[in-house]
Amino acid sequence: MSETGLRIYPSKPSKVYFYATCLLDLLDPDGGLAAIELIEREGVEVIWVEKQSCCGQPAYTSGYQEQAKTVALSQMGLFPKDYPIVVMSGSCAGMMFKHYPHLFANDDIYADQAEAFAERVFEFSEFLAHICRAKLHDQGPLTSVVLHTSCSGRRELGIHASSQALLSQLDKVELKKAEYESECCGFGGSFSLRHSEISQAMVEDKARHLQGSGASYLVSADWGCLANINGHLAYRGEASRFNGQHLASFLWQRTKGAKA
Amino acid sequence: MSVQHYQASQFKQQASDALANQTLRSNFRGAMDYLQQKRKDAFSDPQELAQLREHAENIRQRCLSKLPQLLEQLEKNCQANGIQVHWAEDAKQAQQLIAELIQSQGATKVVKGKSMVTEEIELNQHLEGLGIECVESDMGEYIVQLAKETPSHIIMPAIHKNKQQVADLFQQHIKDFDYTLSVDKLIQTGREALRTKFKQAEVGISGVNFAVAETGTLCLVENEGNGRMTTTVPPVHIAVTGIEKVVEFLSDVPPLFSILTRSATGQHITTYFNMISGPRRAPERDGPNEVHLVLLDNGRSQAYADEALRKTLQCIRCGACMNHCPVYTRVGGHAYGTTYPGPIGKIISPHLQGLAQTSDLVTASSLCGACEEVCPVKIPIPSLLQRLRHDAKLPAAEQTPSLKGQASAASWTEHTAWRMWAWLSTHPSIYNWAMAVGVKLAKYLPMPMGEWTRCRNKPELASQTFHQTMKRRASKSLTRSATGGGR
Ligand code: SF4
Repeated sequence: MSETGLRIYPSKPSKVYFYATCLLDLLDPDGGLAAIELIEREGVEVIWVEKQSCCGQPAYTSGYQEQAKTVALSQMGLFPKDYPIVVMSGSCAGMMFKHYPHLFANDDIYADQAEAFAERVFEFSEFLAHICRAKLHDQGPLTSVVLHTSCSGRRELGIHASSQALLSQLDKVELKKAEYESECCGFGGSFSLRHSEISQAMVEDKARHLQGSGASYLVSADWGCLANINGHLAYRGEASRFNGQHLASFLWQRTKGAKA
Repeated sequence: MSVQHYQASQFKQQASDALANQTLRSNFRGAMDYLQQKRKDAFSDPQELAQLREHAENIRQRCLSKLPQLLEQLEKNCQANGIQVHWAEDAKQAQQLIAELIQSQGATKVVKGKSMVTEEIELNQHLEGLGIECVESDMGEYIVQLAKETPSHIIMPAIHKNKQQVADLFQQHIKDFDYTLSVDKLIQTGREALRTKFKQAEVGISGVNFAVAETGTLCLVENEGNGRMTTTVPPVHIAVTGIEKVVEFLSDVPPLFSILTRSATGQHITTYFNMISGPRRAPERDGPNEVHLVLLDNGRSQAYADEALRKTLQCIRCGACMNHCPVYTRVGGHAYGTTYPGPIGKIISPHLQGLAQTSDLVTASSLCGACEEVCPVKIPIPSLLQRLRHDAKLPAAEQTPSLKGQASAASWTEHTAWRMWAWLSTHPSIYNWAMAVGVKLAKYLPMPMGEWTRCRNKPELASQTFHQTMKRRASKSLTRSATGGGR
């Protein structure tokens, strides 16, 4: 696990805020619902703040710090109570956890607020595994799955470990490993457009390695990577069942009906 | 000798050519896999690694924080040891200075150990123009020199070549070469060719890995013994280094040395570690009569002046960041068109060449963080890339020029687009409405997805947004509670 991934976790709260992220908003509302069901099953109340939009990462990685700050500030203001904020994507959680404090480091007014906000940010699988300490009871048939984790999630939060921990609780699911597991899928936001040929070489390799694992399902806790990998699988006409889904959807499908 | 010229400003085209070259790609992938494994084996204990990195980072930061003072101390102590110290502000000055030193000896035959800083100032080309032969004495460097190329990696300059390509080069350039693909025999051939050059050389040029201010000692890390030959056989030795290579104490060297070699090639120590503390003294029987040290700035003080960018100078040039970079692994070193390729190249080159030339380099990263994860001195390369992206895009009005080429990639259209995006993202009701309309109309809207769809289908949008889904869910549960129902 990356050094930054080592966090001391608080005990299970009674309420959390839910941060869907812009990609989940547009691409996968069902993944969001699945996550909410999973959290609620742990006895935690989920608060949905309708005014949320995007964490600001696209502007930040493109070099538009002022715009990223404007958006970050507006998001920070939406979660006034001190409940944890559960984020549905590793890279957005990484943005809020690591880069918000960085963005406002020299800001007299907001530096402390950004620090305090970051402390409350947890990625979904991290929250479920380490704070809820969820016990999952597998209800599905025998199958196998391969996990893809985003680089920022992996290196800024260590969430590949929490996703793995959750999946390995499913006793009828074999967790397969892909070669070059920790290598980037080539998305990187605007990188995939600005340097599309390099990005293509990366996503081609990633898709090949994931399929080479022989798993039946692909899951990820990050919609950025999934949009990239799924888009490529579909382009090759190989989407079908292997098309990646959010970890939350997979966990919920396997365990719904089971008691917490 | 006209070296094949690659340019940072042509990165995209060069990368595209490299991607199409299957031999090059498999050479790189194989070599990088090997080096990654070697590094992994050398650091089997993650806790020890974390400590070593922290220690190394502290040393580098401490030394950089007193850079001007340490450089003065280095100069004084080198001089006390009999080393003559020279300062060069840019590449041109360094070229001239070194050429004059060589010419003042009446020398025309020079050997040079592996040194990236002399690549940076294009020393070979300059000397050749003056009729001075400068032969590379490191095997990899010798190979790329024969091929009229520049190094494609900072530690392994010829890593892009396989043995067949090397054998072909030797066939062309070395007399009486008995064609072979045996690596041992190839190395033997190269070594024999170089032996003659060492004997004839009147001046030896080397780089420096660490320059110790406390004692005026120049440390040189190498594996082949060519560095020792270069610095001891010819009567004159000229060492060239970037100003950031200075360390405060002799005791700073062992921790840096150990983490350098393990990060680079997975070796715990190298075959040779040279500590040069002056010219030959009275009863000594070998070593040069003169030792010179050239201290090169060439844009480094620009990086030094900014507290965040200063971290760039922590680099000890181990190459681990490139070995682990998914972009470097696929396009190789030449595509970058810079002396230092890969992640470190993307953050140091803007200081050497300016942001205008290198603005494509700073965006050519998915910010995956593999470089930062392996860097032995913990340089936050992704954050520095983001900083440089920002500086390249600064709108002209906000420009506070401290970086060469700042605002060179500013674009009114792009800036306006991001302003609109920020406005939309901070106006929730309009945002939600726009997204909801977006997912409904996506099928009919022309989306500028050209680069995306080169190898991917358009993303399939949901039939309603999560915001809409949650609204429905809320009203459902309201109805449920109103009618006394539950889940
Ligand atoms: S940036 Fe770090 S990893 Fe890269 S060459 Fe320098 S010291 Fe090595």
